[in-house]
Order: sequence, then C-alpha cells, then structure tokens
Amino acid sequence: MTQAIETEAARYAVRRWSRLSRISLTAVGAVVLALALVPLALSTYATEQLTQLLILVILAAMWNALAGYGGLISIGQQAFLGFGAYATIVLTQRGVPPYLAIALAALAAGGLAAPVSILVLRLRGGQFAIGMWVVAEVLALLIALIPSVGGGTGVSLTGLNVHAPADRQAYTYWLTLGFAVGLLGLVFAVLRSPAGAALQAIRDDEAAAASLGVRVEASKRLVFVLAAFGCGAAGALTLANTLFIQPRSIFGVQWTAYMIFMVLVGGLGSFEGPLLGAVAFFAIQHWFAHLGAWYLIGLGLTAIGFALVLPRGIWGWLEHRLDLRLFPLGHRLERTERTGAPPERS
Amino acid sequence: MTWVNVVVQGVLLGAVYALFACGLSLMFGVMRIINLAHGDLAVVGAYLVWLVADKAHVSPFVALIAALPVMLIAGYILHVALLGRSLRGGPLVPLLTTFGLAIAIQNTLQEAFSPDVRSLGAAAGWIATASWRISGGLAISWFGVLILAVAVAVLGGLDWFLRRTGLGREMRATAQDPDAARLVGIDARAVYARATAIAVATAALAGAFLAIRSTFEPLSGPTQLIFAFEAVVIGGFGSLWGTLFGGIVLGVAQTIGGHIDPQYSMLAGHLVFLAVLASPRGRTLAARSAWT
Repeated sequence: MTQAIETEAARYAVRRWSRLSRISLTAVGAVVLALALVPLALSTYATEQLTQLLILVILAAMWNALAGYGGLISIGQQAFLGFGAYATIVLTQRGVPPYLAIALAALAAGGLAAPVSILVLRLRGGQFAIGMWVVAEVLALLIALIPSVGGGTGVSLTGLNVHAPADRQAYTYWLTLGFAVGLLGLVFAVLRSPAGAALQAIRDDEAAAASLGVRVEASKRLVFVLAAFGCGAAGALTLANTLFIQPRSIFGVQWTAYMIFMVLVGGLGSFEGPLLGAVAFFAIQHWFAHLGAWYLIGLGLTAIGFALVLPRGIWGWLEHRLDLRLFPLGHRLERTERTGAPPERS
Repeated sequence: MTWVNVVVQGVLLGAVYALFACGLSLMFGVMRIINLAHGDLAVVGAYLVWLVADKAHVSPFVALIAALPVMLIAGYILHVALLGRSLRGGPLVPLLTTFGLAIAIQNTLQEAFSPDVRSLGAAAGWIATASWRISGGLAISWFGVLILAVAVAVLGGLDWFLRRTGLGREMRATAQDPDAARLVGIDARAVYARATAIAVATAALAGAFLAIRSTFEPLSGPTQLIFAFEAVVIGGFGSLWGTLFGGIVLGVAQTIGGHIDPQYSMLAGHLVFLAVLASPRGRTLAARSAWT
C-alpha cells in the first residue's frame, strides 16, 4: 500500500520554474537593457514620457503590493508621494546633491511609514482606507504651513539646473529606471521569500492565514513600509521629472484614482498585472486626458466595471484562461511520467 | 466670552458633521462597508435641492422636502444595482466600487453644473442669516440651532427606529449575523437596501444644510466624507449618540483651531482624530463595531 502511494507520488513534482518563466525572465532582461538605451536613441520628450510611464509602473506595483497581497486598500498613498517630493526639496535646500536627495527622500518616506503604520494599522478595511487619506491631508496641511518650501503656492527644484536639459532628462530617466527595476525586484524577492508566502496566504484568506500561525500584523507592516518607500521614490522622481510641485497636486487624491485604475484593470494580486495596467493607463491618459471630466468619469466607471465583473483584472483573466504564469512566483504540481514520453508542460 | 462663542459655534458646526456621519455610521454598522462616495452623494443632494429651488422658484426648505424621497429611492436603487453586487465580491470590492463611484459622481457634477462654487444661503432668506445676540461676543444663529435640532431628531429617530421597530430589529439582527438572520426569514438584501436608502437620504439632508449654511461645489464631497468618518471614529463605531458626540468634538476642535489661526482649523480636527486613534481606545477601535 505504502509502495503504491510512493510510486503515485513519484509521478508528480512541485515546480517553481517552467520553460515559459525562463523565457520571460530573459525577455525582461532584454527589455530592461533596451529601456536603458532609450535616452541615447530617442528625443528628450520621449524620454520624459517614458519617465512618467516608469513612475506609473512603480505606483501600480506598490499599490498592488498593498492591496493585492496585504489586503490593505489605501486611498492615501499620496501622503508618501508628497512626502518624498518635499523631502527632496528640503534636502537640496540643505546642500544635498539632488539625485542623492531623491534616494534619501524615498528612504525617509519608508522611515515615516513605520510610526504611521502603528496608528493606521489599528484600522480595518474601509476605516484604514480613509484613515490613510487623513494622514495625507495632515501632511499636506503641515507642508502648506512651511514658508521655506513655498507654502501652498508650490516650489521648484533648482539644484538640477547645473545639467543641460537633455542630460538632466537622461539622468532622471536612468534613476527612475533604476528605482523601477529595483522596486519590482524587491517585490519579487519578498514574494519568493517566506514573508511572500505569508502575504499570499493573507491575500487569499486573512483569518485562515492567522489560524495557521502567519504573523498577519508584521507582514502587513512590512508591505506598508515597502509601499511607502516606493511611493516616496515615485513622488521624488515626479518632482525631478516636472521640476515644480504644489501641495494640492502632489498630495491630490487623483494619484490614488490612477493607482486603483491601473491595478484593477491590469490585475489585482498578480505580479504581471500592474505592469500591464500601467502601460494601459499610460496609453489611455495619452489619448483621452484632453477630454477632462469625461475622461475621469470613464476612469471611475471602468474601475467599477472591473471591480464587479473582472476583479482579478485582465491579467487574472488571461492567467485563468490560458494557465499562464510568466514569473516563477508560485509553485505548481506537474505530472512527470517515468516511462514513455517526456514530461508534459501546460 | 469669545471662547464661549468659539465653543458654541463649534457645537453648531459639529451638528452638521454628525448629520453627515450618521449615514456612514449606519451603513458601516449594518453592512460593515464604508461608502467612499458618501460625501459625494450628499453633494448630489445639495445640487438636487438647488435645481428644484431654482426651477420651481421655491425656498430651499420646500425643495428639500421634495428632494428627500427622491434620494431615498436613489439610495435603494444604488444598493440593488451596485452595492449589493459588490458585497458578494469580498471585503475589498465595495471599497473599490464606491471609490470609482465617487470619481464618476464628482466629474459628472463638474460636467453638468460647472466647477463654480454655489450657496443656497441667499435663497433660504432670513432664516439663514438671523441670530440671537446674547451679548457682544456671543451670537447664536437660528439656522445653526435648527440644524442641531434636526441632527438630534434624526439621530434620535434612527436610534428609536433600530431599537423599537420591527424593521429596526431586522436591521440589527442582520448586522450581528446575516446567516442566522436569514434562517429566521429575514431578507438580508432588502435590509441592506433599506439601510443604504436611509443613509443616502440623511447624507442629502446634510448636504442641503451645508449648502444653505456655507458653500458647495462638485468636489466638496471628499472633505465631508473625511469629517464624517472622523466624527464616527471619535464617537466610537456602533453608537449613534456617540456619532453626535464625535461630530460635536470635531466641530469644536475645528473652531478652536480656526480661532487661533484660520490655517489650523482643519488640522486641529485631524489631530483630535489621530489622538483618538493613538489612545488606548484606538487599539480596540476596529473590533468594537458591533451593533447591539
């Protein structure tokens, strides 16, 4: 009897990698390399646009890490965008080189998230969502009180004038690319680590995960700090890309609308979905943003449609229909016949 | 005497917030969802009142009486068409749906009514401006007292409805355990739709009062949502009288902050909210949400 089970079990193997995931990781390497060459090949305008796209990729990945894996819907991530941007201003005013200031500001946003998490993680679900919004409002109001960063009227980043415009755009682009690749790599690494297994368990069923001994609170805090770090970087990079910010726009709730749209359309709770969503949103913004209010009405209604009909987004639907997994994040059980034909791949 | 005036004005302001908050509190208590479009639905109510008052040349108070049943029905339909469906998708979907709804409502209002700031104060006539002058530094506006009276009546009425009527008992039973409620023959969907209808109507009432008291525009909703939420948290989830208390604390904090420097008005309110969250009471905030 035991022997029968053993032979049956021997026909299956738990696999993380597949041929597809090896191909797609190679493809990702090639895409990153091609992206790195963009400032050398394309115009300054194209580089600026692609910088914006990469910032959207960062934001989508961060919001997805929070909502898709931590189960935390935040409508106040603009708190960290704004904090990252204004911390960059304050640091450059103290004589820190601008690009170093951006990196430090992102770290500071992550540092701010640790004490903030103690307060806001006391809230659940919708309470947490609005609680984060209050945090963003408080930061916006506090910054409007500081005259040295322009109060409510806004402030320019002056330290970058030493570079010629085309060089400056190229440097900003490379830094953004570095952050995007680094942050996606970080999310990837976290998801493959034991903490990632805990997060995916929380995503699927928080109560069940807790009953199996997953430290729900610590896992959520980790992903909250990570998302704050990424959003802080995105805010600082937005400042470097546009060179001017106002508290009302960088702390605006429209950032959350964009993040929700990208993640919902692309695919909540998958690694690939937010990338797809960011590209889709970038294209939609390019074509329809001039429609003003109608464009935003369309975004809102599309988000409702996806939440109700396709809650796992376009990627989740593809994954389900085609059994497609580009990145080696999960584990899968595959049948490995000892005799006869080579193992079948799905 | 100035400080007495500041506190009195804060109490009157807090009554508006309590009125905004009671629908939010009701929906959270019954369905465990926070409607992120709550403030925007209140603004829709204000525009509806403005529209009726403008087209029919009647006082905003008359227009309000016509608008409330409309909003009651709109709330019922909103639940049947949207929220009920989203509730079946797990805890995250209602949040995403109502956020999308909020964006859609704000921009539809901008498209339909232009981003202009409006007020119903002038149309409301003498009642919006009259006040009792107690002494040099203290004046109590009639309209402020009217709002306070209405807030107490609405919150008290809801409390009585939940405790003393059959429909209210069904609502509390469904809030405590929807499955057990279904076993004894309660239709949870109908209960939820009724709760949403009441919440939307009270939001519209609050929106109209805000429009008469000060100003409104298509993007006024989010701020009111935040204030309503803060009032609920300060007062404690699951208690309607607590919500009234929370609204008043928030209003007083804002007027005291604003009296020191107008820039501190909103900040002071947010800080009271964060202080409540940081207090030992905040630790158990999320858990203490059941209606009894």
